[in-house]
Amino acid sequence: MNIYSCFDLNTADNFCQRLIKLSRKYADFRKALTDTRLHEIICLYIYSLETFTLDVQTLQDMARQIRLDDLKTVYRAKAGHIGGEMSAIDILTTLYFHTLNIDPTQPNKPTRDRFILSKGHTACALYTTLAHRGFIELDELSTFLQPHSRLNGHPNRNKVPGVETNTGALGHGLPIGIGMAKAAQLSGEGWRVFVLCGDGELQEGSNWEAAMAAAHFKLDNLTLIVDHNRLQQGARVHDTNALAPIADKFAAFGWATTAVDGHDIAQLREAFDKRSATAGQPTCIVANTFKGQGISFMQDKVEWHHKVPNKEQYEQAVEELQAAM
Amino acid sequence: MITDFDTLHDCRDAFVSTLENLASENNQIVAVCNDSVGSSKLGGFRDKWPERLVNVGIAEQNMVGVGAGLANGGKIPFVCAASCFLTGRALEQIKADVAYTHANVKLCGISSGMAYGELGPTHHSIEDFAWTRVLPGITIVAPADPSETKGAVEFAANHDGPVFLRLSRVGVPNIFDSNHRFVAGKANTIRPGQDLTIIANGTLTHRAFQAAELLAKQGIEARVINMATLSPIDIDTIVSAATETGAIVTCEEHSVHGGLGSAIAEVVVQQCPVPMKILGVPGVFAPTGSANYLLDEFGMSATGISEAAHQLFYNKGKKRIA
Repeated sequence: MNIYSCFDLNTADNFCQRLIKLSRKYADFRKALTDTRLHEIICLYIYSLETFTLDVQTLQDMARQIRLDDLKTVYRAKAGHIGGEMSAIDILTTLYFHTLNIDPTQPNKPTRDRFILSKGHTACALYTTLAHRGFIELDELSTFLQPHSRLNGHPNRNKVPGVETNTGALGHGLPIGIGMAKAAQLSGEGWRVFVLCGDGELQEGSNWEAAMAAAHFKLDNLTLIVDHNRLQQGARVHDTNALAPIADKFAAFGWATTAVDGHDIAQLREAFDKRSATAGQPTCIVANTFKGQGISFMQDKVEWHHKVPNKEQYEQAVEELQAAM
Repeated sequence: MITDFDTLHDCRDAFVSTLENLASENNQIVAVCNDSVGSSKLGGFRDKWPERLVNVGIAEQNMVGVGAGLANGGKIPFVCAASCFLTGRALEQIKADVAYTHANVKLCGISSGMAYGELGPTHHSIEDFAWTRVLPGITIVAPADPSETKGAVEFAANHDGPVFLRLSRVGVPNIFDSNHRFVAGKANTIRPGQDLTIIANGTLTHRAFQAAELLAKQGIEARVINMATLSPIDIDTIVSAATETGAIVTCEEHSVHGGLGSAIAEVVVQQCPVPMKILGVPGVFAPTGSANYLLDEFGMSATGISEAAHQLFYNKGKKRIA
């Protein structure tokens, strides 16, 4: 399976004509053509079609590619938060390649959908996703964590196009998301706001201040996705400060709630497509995930929160991810 | 020049009237508060534009984050709360969501300093200069009278970036006339003098001016500078004052650690060393009493300031000042 098998190529002529037309619009096309990076050309083309929807298989392939590139980037930098990155990548892929109304050529377009990575320590997964989506160059991933790289260990809005707010301290994303959703409500605009937080992150009290306000303000344009991998830095969430039942807590705070398999892109796509289950209610999607998803020896292991694979582990991980592609 | 010391004004009135005028012309301006509609005097704003007053309830962390999100969505949020809770409770949101993100948020610390004097140190906000001053990119303004408050609010609305307006409810006389033009980052010399300089802002400016009048009777001509903008600080005015008058007294409704005096001292010791006296709350939790009582108690009555200035004047040129 490859990225362009999903692409409706009626005829080669048709494709070329469209490509030429678009190349006038996007300088990136011409650059990509000279680089003969067909993969990127096709991707750019696909995303330029407003009505185009990637099928689940293509999204899965993209998620695998992002996993692989994230792994390579962390291995090269010798730092990162690989466990939580692997748990979030299917969510990020579905958002950036299916759900979000965004345009890499206009990252600050006023009516864009907003996404906040509240679990900012998984910045590498965001950068890798943004690179595949065309916000930054894929080559730039090699600068991750290097001196003066704009790809800091936590995302920076003022440096990286596509980042909405500077996260890193936990429990900050949801309040900001409420402000963004409230701004849309006040302006009568239709943009949606998605916040991705960790489950352990919900131990921060600011989230619950925000949870009350979101329901009170009837922000049905706001979706909180909880990356429920059940592990936090030091131990299992359950053994640290048990949060269960997460969905029931949000329901009690006045939210519409749903639970999905956070690695099932079909489920994620369907859950994200719904503006809200109930008009006037914000939505909390509890995405059941595994830390280290996709790499057997990392999966569901506390120690892989921010451990870096050694050479043998790296090679095995690459092999496993490539085998799945 | 102050001509009437007896008619006092609550600068919150100038704050809200200016905010409402601006909001009537620009519908992107919104107010965000933590149940502090009354103490922030936002009742009129709420009555005019109920939907544009975002009251998050008693939740300051959420309040500042919501402000940052509103700014991302194109709004110009004036986030209003008692300064002690705004800056203390939500400091990390101010750091990460506002300053570091460079969000276009206007933080309005109401009843700053010891305005809530009798309520005790939980409600005193004598740390807010220090906490906000170390964060890059926030313009910090403590206006001294209604005219300057109006100018500061207009500046905040038009400036693209974070602003902290440190406002009080303690009555102050008019210092500037209505034609006064506030320029952020530019201090105003409100009284000429060559013998030494007194620098103040907020509720201390009129006290500093009165102190200079007392000193004049003793034959000491004190320059008085109103340094409303704490950050970015007006380096040129400080250097001129130090080099031309040879000694600087600072006074502020704030701890002596980390506030106006510290900011000025950072310039003075590195560029133009002269003797200084920093007046403020001397590293203690203040006892019960009104703001004016406590300011007097901590040596910042007109007489107290003049005595400190007098002593400094006679210590000019000494290697060590007791």
